[in-house]
Amino acid sequence: MSNLHIADRVFESRLFLGTGKFGNLTEMSDAIVASASQLVTVALKRIDQTGSDDSLISALDLAAIHLLPNTSGARTAEEAVLAAQLAREALETNWVKLEIHPDPRYLLPDPIETLRATESLAKLGFVVMPYIHADPVLCKRLENAGTAVVMPLGAPIGSNKGLRTLDFLEIIIEESNVPVVVDAGIGAPSDAAKAMEIGADAVLVNTAIAVSNNPIRMAEAFREAVIAGRKAYEAGLGKIGSHAIASSPLTSFLFD
Amino acid sequence: MTDFKMIRDEYSWDEVHAQIYDATDQDVQHALEKDHLTLSDFRALISPAAAPYLEQMAQKTQQITQRRFGKTIQLYAPLYLSNECQNICTYCGFSMDNKIKRKTLSNTELLLEAMALKAMGINHILLVSGEANKTVEITYFLNAIRLLKPHFSQISIEVQPLEESEYRLLQAAGVYAILVYQETYHREVYKQYHPKGKKSNFDYRLDTPDRIGRAGIHKIGLGVLLGLEDWRVDSFFTAAHIAYLQKRYWQTRYSISFPRLRPAAGSVKPNFHLADRDLLQLICAYRLWNENLEISISTRENETFRDHIIPIGVTTMSAASKTNPGGYVVDPQALEQFEVSDERDMETIKNQIRKMGYSPVMKDWESNYAGIVR
Repeated sequence: MSNLHIADRVFESRLFLGTGKFGNLTEMSDAIVASASQLVTVALKRIDQTGSDDSLISALDLAAIHLLPNTSGARTAEEAVLAAQLAREALETNWVKLEIHPDPRYLLPDPIETLRATESLAKLGFVVMPYIHADPVLCKRLENAGTAVVMPLGAPIGSNKGLRTLDFLEIIIEESNVPVVVDAGIGAPSDAAKAMEIGADAVLVNTAIAVSNNPIRMAEAFREAVIAGRKAYEAGLGKIGSHAIASSPLTSFLFD
Repeated sequence: MTDFKMIRDEYSWDEVHAQIYDATDQDVQHALEKDHLTLSDFRALISPAAAPYLEQMAQKTQQITQRRFGKTIQLYAPLYLSNECQNICTYCGFSMDNKIKRKTLSNTELLLEAMALKAMGINHILLVSGEANKTVEITYFLNAIRLLKPHFSQISIEVQPLEESEYRLLQAAGVYAILVYQETYHREVYKQYHPKGKKSNFDYRLDTPDRIGRAGIHKIGLGVLLGLEDWRVDSFFTAAHIAYLQKRYWQTRYSISFPRLRPAAGSVKPNFHLADRDLLQLICAYRLWNENLEISISTRENETFRDHIIPIGVTTMSAASKTNPGGYVVDPQALEQFEVSDERDMETIKNQIRKMGYSPVMKDWESNYAGIVR
């Protein structure tokens, strides 16, 4: 299986994890180990920068994973840019997962603010990973703005509904010059495998693992599914046909 | 555009009452099968007909809440600024006609209280006051926020209703959420409980969430004082209010609290009793109807109830609360607004949350997010 390159980093694992919903920190860190993920996202708003209660960060094995701060909670480009700058100071990384969802009900990303923030952050030297709707045109606009990857959603965050945006994800993957990471909505390992089979470069999973009855076992299942899906993609999947082709009724006259 | 007053007045209290009490077994089952619930489904779920379905409601509530909020509980503590009040609210310890010692925290006292909360690990605070429009008003609040902001990542307030321009000032000063409870949506009953003071104006209070929404505050907290009127009818109106606000102020978060009437100095006994099982049914109904609503439980509730409710729909809890100005260190003897039932300290509450398989979250906001003006 080939490695994934984003900016100056190489990832052997194509499974990225979220940290927000686990019942306890041990379960979280064990699940991350079981997933073999090398990129883990953490909300800046959850990190206590005064250092009095940074248990979330200290529970992570920073030798094995790369931290990806996110701007969850920001409603505008201005708030997100400020959050990215604070995260760069607090966590010493210029990577940022851009999350701008002014709609607190479904946490749907704001395309206009996200594009504006990406433009600013790319100019400031950030490796920008924006969470967006599965909108192929927006992906091209983000590419022009200097994004490192695009992170289209499969379904609303936390919905576990799978790849509801499949048709648009396929267009995005076909057209993209930057890695495509399917983020949000992946509810089962089969969803992750499917995303990888159609050619996504990676997937990000949080809810499906964190609130599972057995997060560690579920993390393993996702690890295997992502590997299986990627291998199938690299091997080249067969075309799906509805019935067997037995003869050539239109062209057989040529050979009669 | 219509405002909520018009929507409120389209409903007759008695009709809503009848619809709730006439809900059938079938209405409840139908609501439980659906993924997207309407207000009439909510009405069925708070009805007496839903009582036999409580376990089923609780299980679905747990599932939905975990999916949306994870296995986490956010913790906060109230900081009472003042018990001065020019209203008469017949159920409240701060009521003007109560002959109690009045106290408003000075700058030094405020910081002493704040440091005590910081030492407990508190990062989210809720500032509370009575309604003393001459002394404890916007200038006082802005000063308090300026003093407290460097120390806390999330500051919310629960004070008298203010003007939209004042809410804009609070937003710019970095206030995250504003809580304002209607107490009851029953116009006439409201008048009886609030005979005097600015608070006696029902419509001004009813319009308050609109003023907060227009000012662009991140979160609005609603609720009714459970015990003043029939809790089912009042809760229906609360849900209708939230439904209206969510559509209009779509960038705002909403939270619901369940202040049950608790003993307080000089207060009346509640007219309507809300049993624990009723409160649980109400919490589940809110969650099943609205996946994204934040649900908050205070220390008014007792230990047993609070321990068991952790995995059933709740997202936010207060802990180690004092409900009197200066209650943490400055003046622990001052009269409290209501009697706290769960008096356990912060570490005990955090451990209890962990024991239930949940993570206590002390910080879930970046104070820099509030107050940025484009």
